[in-house]
Amino acid sequence: MTTAAIHADGLTKFFGEGETKVIAVNNVSIEAHFNEMLYVVGPSGSGKTTLLSMISGVLRPNSGTVLVKSIDVWSLSENQRADFRLNTVGFVFQDFHLFPRLTTAENVAMPLILRRRAWKDAMKEALHYLDVVGLSSRAELHPQKLSGGEQQRVAIARAIVSSPDVLIFDEPTASLDGDTGKRLIQFVRDQILTDKRCILVVTHDARIYEFADRILRMEDGMIVGIDERGSADA
Amino acid sequence: MARERRLRRRHAQRAYVIGILRIAYKLLVNDKGKFLALLTGITFSVFLMIQMTSMFAGMMKKASATVMNTGSKVWVMDHAVTNVSSVIPMPDYVLHAVRSIDGVKFAVPLYSGGGLVRLRSGNYQPVTVLGLDDTSLFGRPMLLEGKIEDIYAENGFVVVKDDEYEKLENPTIGTQFEINDNRGVIVGIAKVPASGLFGIPTLYTTFNRAIQYIPSMRFTISYILLEPKSAAAIPYIRSEVRKLGYDVLTEDGFIDRITTWYMWHTGMGTNLVLMTAISFIVGLSISGQAFYSFTLENLEKFGALKAIGAKGHELVAMLLFQAFITALAGYGLGIGLCAGLIALARLKVPDYASIITYSNLFTALGMVTLIAAFSSYIAVRKVLKIEPFDIFRS
Repeated sequence: MTTAAIHADGLTKFFGEGETKVIAVNNVSIEAHFNEMLYVVGPSGSGKTTLLSMISGVLRPNSGTVLVKSIDVWSLSENQRADFRLNTVGFVFQDFHLFPRLTTAENVAMPLILRRRAWKDAMKEALHYLDVVGLSSRAELHPQKLSGGEQQRVAIARAIVSSPDVLIFDEPTASLDGDTGKRLIQFVRDQILTDKRCILVVTHDARIYEFADRILRMEDGMIVGIDERGSADA
Repeated sequence: MARERRLRRRHAQRAYVIGILRIAYKLLVNDKGKFLALLTGITFSVFLMIQMTSMFAGMMKKASATVMNTGSKVWVMDHAVTNVSSVIPMPDYVLHAVRSIDGVKFAVPLYSGGGLVRLRSGNYQPVTVLGLDDTSLFGRPMLLEGKIEDIYAENGFVVVKDDEYEKLENPTIGTQFEINDNRGVIVGIAKVPASGLFGIPTLYTTFNRAIQYIPSMRFTISYILLEPKSAAAIPYIRSEVRKLGYDVLTEDGFIDRITTWYMWHTGMGTNLVLMTAISFIVGLSISGQAFYSFTLENLEKFGALKAIGAKGHELVAMLLFQAFITALAGYGLGIGLCAGLIALARLKVPDYASIITYSNLFTALGMVTLIAAFSSYIAVRKVLKIEPFDIFRS
């Protein structure tokens, strides 16, 4: 943990107005570093997904700033922000969101295609990253032929194929059984986390807390506690 | 150096566009069920639209058969003539007056009427009789057998060998028959570009014999066929003929008048428009619905792509490409199906009145473009509206 990969300051997000106004995130400031696996945990509705969405340039905050590698995310135009997400952030969604009609290799290659890589190069690179996640033999299969854990790995390969600096995991183990979930996060920690990358994980799953460097506990849109590695409740 | 950079950029741009479209193509065709539903919708829509308009075009070609077969550039007729068979005879002086107009190279009379033929078997068969100018035989058909001079022989008639030919019991040269109680002899067998609409055989003879054999009113000239000295002379000829109280139409103008009359005064046009509109609506609803559900199925994935960094225009390009591919494939299949059906129908019914014209194809293309545009519009709206944040919340 050396350089700050993410610096978010005073982030606030509310939905609705008047009596229906709900404050999802209330004046939250966080910092995350390269080579750090940072968890954001808390009960449903505590604002963790909203916080991650603001950090990753998906949801505009009502106030506050987000600097990722010193880039002020919310001062960028919409297209610049799309490029920022494409080049700097990798997403692993809760439901994976893989295209069922494309092969796993094509799913993984998608961000590279969007980054204007030639089809052949993109597929070659995708195969390499499928190999990294141990699924090179499944390259030509469609996602529905894979198990939940395998699909999650394909989603991870897609997230890291463009070598992003920040990886966002949204409930990565929600669709997996306990052992598979643990193995997956262990794998992420060992193989995907590098000193040039920071990983943010939103999770409910206490079984994987042991893999975090730090755990931010959120409640009612605010950070109510920070646990350092080793001190978290398992 | 700069050129190399430019080339590299262009190459990357091309690779990127191909990549995006390839993904769109795979997303479309790999979803076989929906792709098939989309294709079926558009194919049947195009098939029905082209079939309807082709039948109309085929019937119009037959309705204008005499005009096309005669090949005269300009026709003089009564203002009230609406189609070839609604002849209103003109007095002889009109022919003389027309011949004296500046810009007229020559003008000849044409008789068009109906007769009743008694065949050797004793059966009766209505026929269309066309009487050609005795001097020039202008508008004569191309002979397959016999010599055109023989039309001047006693009772000489030329029979057209078209789909109706066998109704005259397949006459050969020398075959005799009775027409309105007069003797007739086949002296030639001819072919023409188009046969008539009502399934009646055609006989050619000279003008004078025609008016002699077929009961006529006081006036006998059905049409005056006119050859102008140049196309530029036609407006002047028209104005002069109008002063006589008659109308001048070019070959295309006469065909248009016939088409317009059948279109709007016989109920055929209303049926055509209705059926074409129904085909369009069927295609629109099937394709629109199928494309919409196809988009809905992939909506979250498109949202995920947005979150990953895909821009709105990239997603729009993918959807438009999918709509374009489906429309193009459905259009081709629809035309193929229609052409196949027409060919099949002609094996059984040689006279089947249906032809695919360029205007049919363009009409169907325009409508299929509308279907694709509408289908993709609702899909594009949906995809552009989805927020990447919704993907996280799902």
